[in-house]
Amino acid sequence: MLLEITGLDAHYGRIRALSSVDVAVGEGELVAIVGANGAGKTTLLRTLSGVHPASAGTIRFDGGDITRLSAHARVAAGIVQVPEGRQLFGPLSVEDNLRLGAFRRRHRPEEDLGRVYAMFPALGQRRRQPAGTLSGGQQQMVAMGRALMANPRLLLLDEPSMGLAPLLVAEIFKAVQALKEQGTTILLVEQNATAALAIADRAYVLETGSVTLRGTGAALLADEGVRQAYLGL
Amino acid sequence: MAEFLQYLVTGVTIGSIYALAALGFAIVYNASHVINFAQGEFIMIGGMATATLTAAGVPLPLAILAGIAGAMLVGVLIAKFAVERARNASVVTLIIITIGASIFLRGLAEVVWGKEFHRLDSFSGNAPLMLGGAVVTTQSLWVLGVTAALILATGLFFNRTMAGKAMLATSHNRLAAQLVGVNVRHVVLAAFALSAALGAMGGAVVAPITYSYTEMGIMLGLKGFAAAALGGLGNGVGAVAGGLIVGIAESLSAGYISSAYKDAVAFVIIVAVLVFMPGGLFGRAGTERV
Repeated sequence: MLLEITGLDAHYGRIRALSSVDVAVGEGELVAIVGANGAGKTTLLRTLSGVHPASAGTIRFDGGDITRLSAHARVAAGIVQVPEGRQLFGPLSVEDNLRLGAFRRRHRPEEDLGRVYAMFPALGQRRRQPAGTLSGGQQQMVAMGRALMANPRLLLLDEPSMGLAPLLVAEIFKAVQALKEQGTTILLVEQNATAALAIADRAYVLETGSVTLRGTGAALLADEGVRQAYLGL
Repeated sequence: MAEFLQYLVTGVTIGSIYALAALGFAIVYNASHVINFAQGEFIMIGGMATATLTAAGVPLPLAILAGIAGAMLVGVLIAKFAVERARNASVVTLIIITIGASIFLRGLAEVVWGKEFHRLDSFSGNAPLMLGGAVVTTQSLWVLGVTAALILATGLFFNRTMAGKAMLATSHNRLAAQLVGVNVRHVVLAAFALSAALGAMGGAVVAPITYSYTEMGIMLGLKGFAAAALGGLGNGVGAVAGGLIVGIAESLSAGYISSAYKDAVAFVIIVAVLVFMPGGLFGRAGTERV
């Protein structure tokens, strides 16, 4: 397994946001985490990226214990997150946002820039524009492009479809699937459970900080409880 | 007219030093949201080190470099042991910490260098130039040239280098900066070091004009803060413009009204800005779309 999380706890003050979460992601897999608002999905990704401390448990990445590693060292190790709400550097240009994605890499990122522009042509036309002035869908593309510039070994996606029009949601999910087909390992967190389960190899259901169900994407999509609770079917 | 020109030259000269101090405030504020009231002490360290080292026979360029290095070291120490330790404290607490640091530094400087004024010779002779009826000392030209070069270099650093852009990125979105792998702790240390270097260089070039003494940083620092607030806190261009405006306003009022009110001008400007334009003259334009 590329990523192995065992018994992970995380707190906000005295409130327990995650309680002994076990999640594993294998090389090349697309694993989804679904669950309601406030279930702890974002906290899980924040803890994986090292911007929120784990209070118990271990995170192993590529065989090494990274539970206490600083956020920037995890990026260097290849764990790269596309955060919820995009979190772009608004006043900086699209291209600067993308180049900053490659901050931890010590080579000229021209080739990777070209690949991102090929994947999202809309960004190429707006490379000099301040990222904050783009539409929501384009901002999501910048956020994903910025993460890809880091050449991730594990890509963490937090609610990539949030706040986007249905057409754009389809486009973003298509991009996620394309990345998976190119061999990128992805951990996808989504409230849009139907879309996430449809493209996931495996998935976990998170409920008030604990994993309550796990299985293949297809199995969970067919599960009666999941259908009622998260898919509104 | 010659009189006005004279006041203008004087104002722009001292305004340059305020501009460098204001730029220091802006850089530190952007990186850490701390208003570093020890900024003036960096100017003092630069001025005092240069004056005392040259008096002891050290060549001028070496003395200036030593002053800058000393100020940068002090800046990093403040960031590491005063500001970083109180990371989760409120803004007011952090401001009080920097005021405490500045009082400590002034006391330490008095122990090392004494309370008296130190003279530093002009960098290139005392023969003044005439410019349309106004007297321009060669040291004024040094101040203007060095300030312009530093501002240009700072601008290039933030707009052309990855390290500079990473610092900007951290000020715009700290979380995102962490997520692209920027070590935000280093950004804060670098910001203090950079602002200390700007202040110390300013102190070294202005020392032949103002003399240097351990309390020289108080007024220069406070006026630098006034300039930074006037330009819009955290705005580099605004900081430079604010510095020049404060310097010119002060010099004109000293000339045409009374030099007794000279120091009041900067503080009247601060009050006016806070009341009428809390965002400053160049307050950040809202380009963010949500």
